[in-house]
Amino acid sequence: MPPILELHGITKRFPGVLANDHIDLALNEGEILALLGENGAGKSTLMNVLYGLYQPDEGEITVRGKTIKVHSPNDAIAAGVGMVHQHFMLVPVLTVTENVMLGVESLIGGVFLDRKAAAARIRQIATQYGLNVDPDAYIKDLPVGLQQRVEIIKLLYRNADILILDEPTAVLTPQEADELFKVMRSLVSQGKSIIFITHKLKEVLAVSDRINVLRLGKVVGAADPKTATETQLASMMVGRQVELTVHKEETKSGDIVLQVKELRVLDDRENMMVDGVSFDVRSGEIVGVAGVQGNGQTELVEALTGLRPALSGRAEIAGRDTTHANPRQIVELGVAHVPEDRQRDGLVLSYPVADNMVLNTYYLSPFARGVVIQQPEVDKAAAERVQQFDVRTPGIATSAGSLSGGNQQKVIVAREFSRPIKLLIAAQPTRGLDVGSIEYIHGRIIEKRGQGCAVLLVSTELDEVLALSDRIAVMYRGRIVAVVEAAEVTKEYLGLLMAGVDPATIAKPRKGEQAQAVF
Amino acid sequence: MAASTTTVSIKSLAEESHRARSRIFGAAFLIIAFLIFWLFANGVDPVLQSTFGLNQGNVKAEDRLPDWVIPSYGTVVMLSVVSAAIGGAQLARGFGRYTHLMLGLIVLMFIFSFLTWATRDASINLAGMLRTSVGAAVPITLGALSGILCERAGVVNIAIEGLMLSAALVATLVASVAQNLWIGLIAALLTGAALAAIHAVLSIRYKVDQIISGTVINIFSTGITSFISAKFMQVYPDLNNPGTFPNVSIPVLSSIPILGGVFFSSNIFTYGAYLLLIIIHVGLFYTRWGLRVRAVGEHPKAADTLGINVLRTRYINVMLGGMAAGFGGAYFTLGSVGRFDEVMTAGRGFIGLAAMIFGKWTPFGAFGSSLIFGFADSLASKLAILRVPIPSQFLLMAPYIATMIALAGLVGRAIPPAADGQPYEKQ
Repeated sequence: MPPILELHGITKRFPGVLANDHIDLALNEGEILALLGENGAGKSTLMNVLYGLYQPDEGEITVRGKTIKVHSPNDAIAAGVGMVHQHFMLVPVLTVTENVMLGVESLIGGVFLDRKAAAARIRQIATQYGLNVDPDAYIKDLPVGLQQRVEIIKLLYRNADILILDEPTAVLTPQEADELFKVMRSLVSQGKSIIFITHKLKEVLAVSDRINVLRLGKVVGAADPKTATETQLASMMVGRQVELTVHKEETKSGDIVLQVKELRVLDDRENMMVDGVSFDVRSGEIVGVAGVQGNGQTELVEALTGLRPALSGRAEIAGRDTTHANPRQIVELGVAHVPEDRQRDGLVLSYPVADNMVLNTYYLSPFARGVVIQQPEVDKAAAERVQQFDVRTPGIATSAGSLSGGNQQKVIVAREFSRPIKLLIAAQPTRGLDVGSIEYIHGRIIEKRGQGCAVLLVSTELDEVLALSDRIAVMYRGRIVAVVEAAEVTKEYLGLLMAGVDPATIAKPRKGEQAQAVF
Repeated sequence: MAASTTTVSIKSLAEESHRARSRIFGAAFLIIAFLIFWLFANGVDPVLQSTFGLNQGNVKAEDRLPDWVIPSYGTVVMLSVVSAAIGGAQLARGFGRYTHLMLGLIVLMFIFSFLTWATRDASINLAGMLRTSVGAAVPITLGALSGILCERAGVVNIAIEGLMLSAALVATLVASVAQNLWIGLIAALLTGAALAAIHAVLSIRYKVDQIISGTVINIFSTGITSFISAKFMQVYPDLNNPGTFPNVSIPVLSSIPILGGVFFSSNIFTYGAYLLLIIIHVGLFYTRWGLRVRAVGEHPKAADTLGINVLRTRYINVMLGGMAAGFGGAYFTLGSVGRFDEVMTAGRGFIGLAAMIFGKWTPFGAFGSSLIFGFADSLASKLAILRVPIPSQFLLMAPYIATMIALAGLVGRAIPPAADGQPYEKQ
């Protein structure tokens, strides 16, 4: 049987970048094809071409042997291609039914919405594929896992046969991811075909029928999930041998550096995001905060670093009350902050690398004398740090915005680590980075711990939290539901806690092997 | 420490902050109750009476309702006691989701107490005053509907004031020259649409900051209308004499006691506003058009991925909004005074935007808020006639003060469409 979907020689250029370089790809009916690659390998570009959001410079797309032109998502939908985007394309204030019917509305009398008919069809699809969801619920009230189901229902409602899932597990707990894999299996068993885009090796091996690996805009190889190993796939993805394990020496933790008591923090919409959180971090110790995105980690970090006022409670850093301190006072206590959104909170993108390197110390000697910035001193320090932290940049005068994500993160790390610090607060330090940069950043964090620094690591990547932390605090709906020794727990156990399961009801399993693979 | 859970009580803090807010409301109710007594009962001679007229001027003698006469002091004291009781109940156990209803009730009692006090030993035509309120609410409602059309699609339009002012002038000029009110009205609609189109192109195509684009149009409108008015319309009075649309009483509805005269004995602008109100409400929430517009205003990218043309939707909506504003602008001249005066809209377009926000971007909410602003407006003019010991300048501030109180978020925070004011860019 010929493939249901074929891409021939797809090429897409952006100014200065060859995002897709003559890519050939074939998807057979009823299979799950994994498209594996690092961030920036060109996976998303390729899928956006297929979905009509970009126009390719060269190449053609055939569906069931027929060449099609895809100028807009409408064309893709008409050809039976549907896409679940990495960031959900759902309107939070509309109901499930309204979101699903949007664009292909059922009408009464050609004018009025027929919500009942649409809801009935949604129920039918839900039963057929095991995608239970209440058609009358508002999207904003649904957990992320259910929102994703709505996205899938949206495609099935439009009779899509070819489903593209772009990094679908990035926002899910491990349990939700397992649910998704079941749904994917059920879909292919009923004749749908799926392209599964990811950079997570374990998932690829768990769920796909075939694997294609993309690197620097090219297909660099194929693999069979039955025989391939994680190490092989990682090497194909990166193009060299990679170290998947984090080596961590035993250290003795010392005095309490950060102490948080009953902290409560509101978000901008006055929702209670951090709801009475207490914990402490000692010197020479990494405390990981695990949790699904949006359970208060962001607000917690913002409150601890002085970027957001705390409603009540107390935060102490090195014995000083910092509950209502401003960011500079906190920085001057010896706190380094690697922010979650590096482009918004970590860098001034339009400033040169040199200036970004001294954003936290520019007003101090030797970078300033009185109110005058000593630019030669700034440049000298910046050049040294670029060297020392292996920042790949054309020069220190290059604007930070033009660097790759990994190098931007290295600039932040260089700035934050280049002065004596007692506490490091790192939020999502490796989000969106390539394997090489992840390796590097992890090494630096471990190094700080070895030097007796206290580290608070906030990450939604469970593997990362498990590999780096000494203790792990699990956050769920603004509370810390458990604090556990990292060496004593498994990923599955943490996954249940992250999903809000009461710790008392889970039999805590012994941890067999050391955490590996940090992808 | 390992595996221990923090023992925080399950009581969610959202609930707690809710209760704190509920207490604040309770305290506010009690303060208002006290103010009612202190401001409006204190020192009033208990024998004085307040008289409220319940008839429009044009009602036939046999249909006239008797005037409503109440003791000034007793009424105010009673209202203050009722307010205090509600405040006490609010503090003790709270009214839950009826809290805002109670707030409305108490504010109403405050205003009525004020009226009672102001008319002690005098009389005021309540029916006439309500009628003026509705009249004043018409342009505000139209401004708010214009805002809803634009902002539901994700375009902030603060140029409504300027659109109204320009349309008011063009309506006068064209109707005077053509000797036909309808042609003037159509010219007003087109003016609104044309100026809105400029705003649309600037903010959608060229992604100019929408506040700046709107401000530019407002300044332009003030300048050009004042210039044309001073240079031509003052000089040639024939250019400034379009006449006005006649009042038409709707059969049956207009004979409802009190309310009939207030709501259903007016000109096409009032009826047009009612009609638009219903059409936009039904359109937004029950039709394909509305679903798509709301999706575009909330999450344009989602709409785009489903094949909805985001930019076209926004252009169409901004221009429809412009026509609504143009209709509202024509009210000032063709529906009210029959003459153009410089800067005669006097901020009604902005108050319309406030009504839109206060009404949470819903047509009926906006209409309700417009009525409140309209009432403040007519209160100011009525009280100027009575011998109220408040400087007239302060009375004239009433509608603007009401606007500020509303915008300060007295009644919860209004959440605008999520993509409001953000230009849409395809990747």
